[in-house]
Amino acid sequence: MSGTDFTSTEMMTIAASRALKNTDVCFVGIGAPSAACNIARLTHAPDVTLIYESGTIGTAPTVLPLSIGDGELCDTAVTTVSVPEMFRYWLQGGRVTVGFLGAAQIDRFGNINTTVIGDYDHPKTRLPGGGGAPEIASSCGEIFITMKQSKRAMVEKIDFFTSFGHGEGGDHRQRLGITTKGPTLMVTDLAVWKPDPVTREFTVVSLHPGVTREMVQAECGWTVRFADALDETPEPTGIELKTLRDLNTRTKAAHSGGKTGEAA
Amino acid sequence: MAHFMTLPEAVAQNLHSGDMAAFEGFTHLIPHASAHEAIRQGVKDLTLVRMTPDVVYDQFIGMGAVRKLIFSYAGNPGVGLLRRLRDSVENGWPNRIEIEEHSHAAVANAYEAGAAGLPFAAFRGYKGAELAKVNPNIKSVTCPFTGEELAAVPAIRPDVSFIHAQKADRKGNVLIEGIVGVQKEAVLAAKRSVVTVEEIVDDLETHPNACVLPGWAVTAICVVPGGAHPSYAHGYYPRDNASYIAWDKIAADRDTFLAWMKDNVLDATPEDFADRIKHLRSAS
Repeated sequence: MSGTDFTSTEMMTIAASRALKNTDVCFVGIGAPSAACNIARLTHAPDVTLIYESGTIGTAPTVLPLSIGDGELCDTAVTTVSVPEMFRYWLQGGRVTVGFLGAAQIDRFGNINTTVIGDYDHPKTRLPGGGGAPEIASSCGEIFITMKQSKRAMVEKIDFFTSFGHGEGGDHRQRLGITTKGPTLMVTDLAVWKPDPVTREFTVVSLHPGVTREMVQAECGWTVRFADALDETPEPTGIELKTLRDLNTRTKAAHSGGKTGEAA
Repeated sequence: MAHFMTLPEAVAQNLHSGDMAAFEGFTHLIPHASAHEAIRQGVKDLTLVRMTPDVVYDQFIGMGAVRKLIFSYAGNPGVGLLRRLRDSVENGWPNRIEIEEHSHAAVANAYEAGAAGLPFAAFRGYKGAELAKVNPNIKSVTCPFTGEELAAVPAIRPDVSFIHAQKADRKGNVLIEGIVGVQKEAVLAAKRSVVTVEEIVDDLETHPNACVLPGWAVTAICVVPGGAHPSYAHGYYPRDNASYIAWDKIAADRDTFLAWMKDNVLDATPEDFADRIKHLRSAS
């Protein structure tokens, strides 16, 4: 069956999920990355190891967690460790193959800002901050990024370097003594992007079904480069779509359950 | 040595205006009841530390109790931004707090250093990131063996740390289960500690590798059933996600926020927490 009836967000999540291998050990960011990682686990990569920074290793939640530390993550994990252990032994120790991140702002070299919009001391918008991401970006073997495209999010110059991608491009990572690969893949709601092997600038390698070059450019703040051999992203399969929709339905039911608490 | 007492007594004896305090919990076991008691007692000028300041730190900040915040991720997990924190940073209401911002790895390592009695923590971090430019407490050291340059941050040593846990036995030994976060380190790094628990039991009925804080390492223990709400206590009640979602609206407006604080914090008591989790217990 061909899933001709799907949203761009569904396409994004499913295309991102395909990037994870069964053998990967993945440090999962909350939000869009969490959905993609769990779809991978529920489809082609049942043995992928998902790690959340709250300390859960090898977790297999039946619904997507609202927060990074929901009880469901611990209940279904192989083990749960303290947060210091998570960052020292598992992340800094080099045992994580992929870090899967989202971004509030990103540039063409995969540098990520989740700290502030505007000036740091007098911000226009104060964002939550880096959390685990600054070290995820430098300690995981490679970084996958997934996010919805917009000119506000994909900018010529980010306001703050929360997490280092390829810096100014080229061998900037190596020059800083970072030995991991950095961002190797970005999946948006419109396209799949990979860094140029030399300049490290993100280049569109595949357009999602029905998406044109003009549509990608219209939602991106820099002049987009397209690969010479531009592919079309395979449509979601019936099983991929069903898995994602079932997960979203279970998740919605779980998080709206119970009456609204009076105290927070 | 752990002393059993009421929460109002424990807060009055262990938290003073001007202190550096941690109310730790990583999504799980966040000590809301302790924080509400501290707000009721009117402590001011606090330096608050936490890896993941969320709703309860939004409340401290909105009530004008905070001078400085040391943190690594300030958000309402899964919901969005902290609106009282934003109002303080962006508009100076009710006061402009000072910010010392780190990454999770830095704060986790800094608590460990505090617990270990070391002056600072070294780790492989902040490479290429800009936080070091805006936070003078992020420096670097050179490894004396390999020459590698590593990030360094000062140890965190709160005057007092507050945590919530599942249970304590009658000698004051405390059991923490599930997502244990950085609570053990926060208690051992602090000069004083206050632990609220769901219940006191004769026997912790635990296994040899569980996270137990011996009674002699804790200052005060208070029984407050539901004391983590709307956070959760693994094995007792689930996270009240609806409350976190509701907070976004409550915190969006200054007057709505102040009215909510009067009804739910200033005019409330630690005993009110037991009622707040009744529907969650029956749902789980």
